[in-house]
Amino acid sequence: MTDPFAAFAPTLAGPPRLEPTDVSYVVDDTVVGRMLLAVRDDGRVLATAYAPDAEAEDRWLTRIAGSVSPRVLRHPAPTDAVRRALEAYLAGRARRVEVETDLALASDFQREVLTGLAASVGYGERTTYAVLARAVGHPGAARAVGTALGHNPLCVTLPCHRVLPASGGVGGYAGGPAAKEHLLALESRP
Amino acid sequence: MGVQRGRDSRIRAPYRWTIVSLPPFQHLVDAHWRDVARLAHGLVGPVHADDVAQQAWTQALAAYPRLTHARNLRSWLLTITHRCAMDHHRTARRTSPHDDPSSLAGAPVVVPPDLPDGDLWRRVAALPERQRDAVLLRFVGDLDHRSVAAALGTSPGMSRRLVSDAMATLRLDLTDPEDPR
Repeated sequence: MTDPFAAFAPTLAGPPRLEPTDVSYVVDDTVVGRMLLAVRDDGRVLATAYAPDAEAEDRWLTRIAGSVSPRVLRHPAPTDAVRRALEAYLAGRARRVEVETDLALASDFQREVLTGLAASVGYGERTTYAVLARAVGHPGAARAVGTALGHNPLCVTLPCHRVLPASGGVGGYAGGPAAKEHLLALESRP
Repeated sequence: MGVQRGRDSRIRAPYRWTIVSLPPFQHLVDAHWRDVARLAHGLVGPVHADDVAQQAWTQALAAYPRLTHARNLRSWLLTITHRCAMDHHRTARRTSPHDDPSSLAGAPVVVPPDLPDGDLWRRVAALPERQRDAVLLRFVGDLDHRSVAAALGTSPGMSRRLVSDAMATLRLDLTDPEDPR
């Protein structure tokens, strides 16, 4: 059947203009890769995660919708602060991404590992999965620590790139090994 | 044996209703803003369509987290759009002067003189309110009769009736795919 109202093709004004709500996000192309930046309505940062493609982006957004709030809108303005902070860090002007974070997307174990990481490993320093596992009170859980870091929702902001395998090399990274090397090189600059 | 998930699974049944995973609202906007805007155009005309669509989205966003199911979110959005359009007509009727005879003829839809689709929209706008809403929800919204009936607060049978009466009035030669006769 042909659509009887096919002739009805009004000029549409465009998508609705909605105010920022529970979660605002933006996808940003940074020097280390395509990243999804998500911010809560109180300004705390939920995610600075690598989203190399649309599927990865959807996975993060679905996770945010499930564990924080389904009211998730693409809105550049509320994410300005985190975008600027990230840019300053990636340009070498700041020694950390100066934002308040919210680990709502992390599991309890991840929270332990990520806060331990941020507290114990400073700018330019490096550690190994085994050492970090001991530091957060789970000696022998190096692999679990590696997995927890691998799913870090706050990459770069919480510096999981400073953790390297004891066997040498840079190891895995959500943004790819090149991004990890870039960040390590950035931090070792005098 | 894998996990039983069929409709007849008694163990799973309670979870089907209690665990709702709603997609991020932005996905709804991206997927359906055109449909909502098009329906709003049909229901209130081009002059107020943007306002009505905007209001529908605002209401949908406010109500979204309280939704108890994620089935057919498109139909849910179009139903809200229809409700906003009815509110718009009600307000327009209240504020229009009573000595104006056009204000007595149902809900007037403002149709500008230079529409590209010829006479069709003038005739749709001139339909009785319920018929107009039913035919727009059915064909512009592409909803089934059950959803049309739910939006109009009536029965699917009545929805069929309203749509077929409207089509007869519009003298459109077509058979409703859901209603073969």
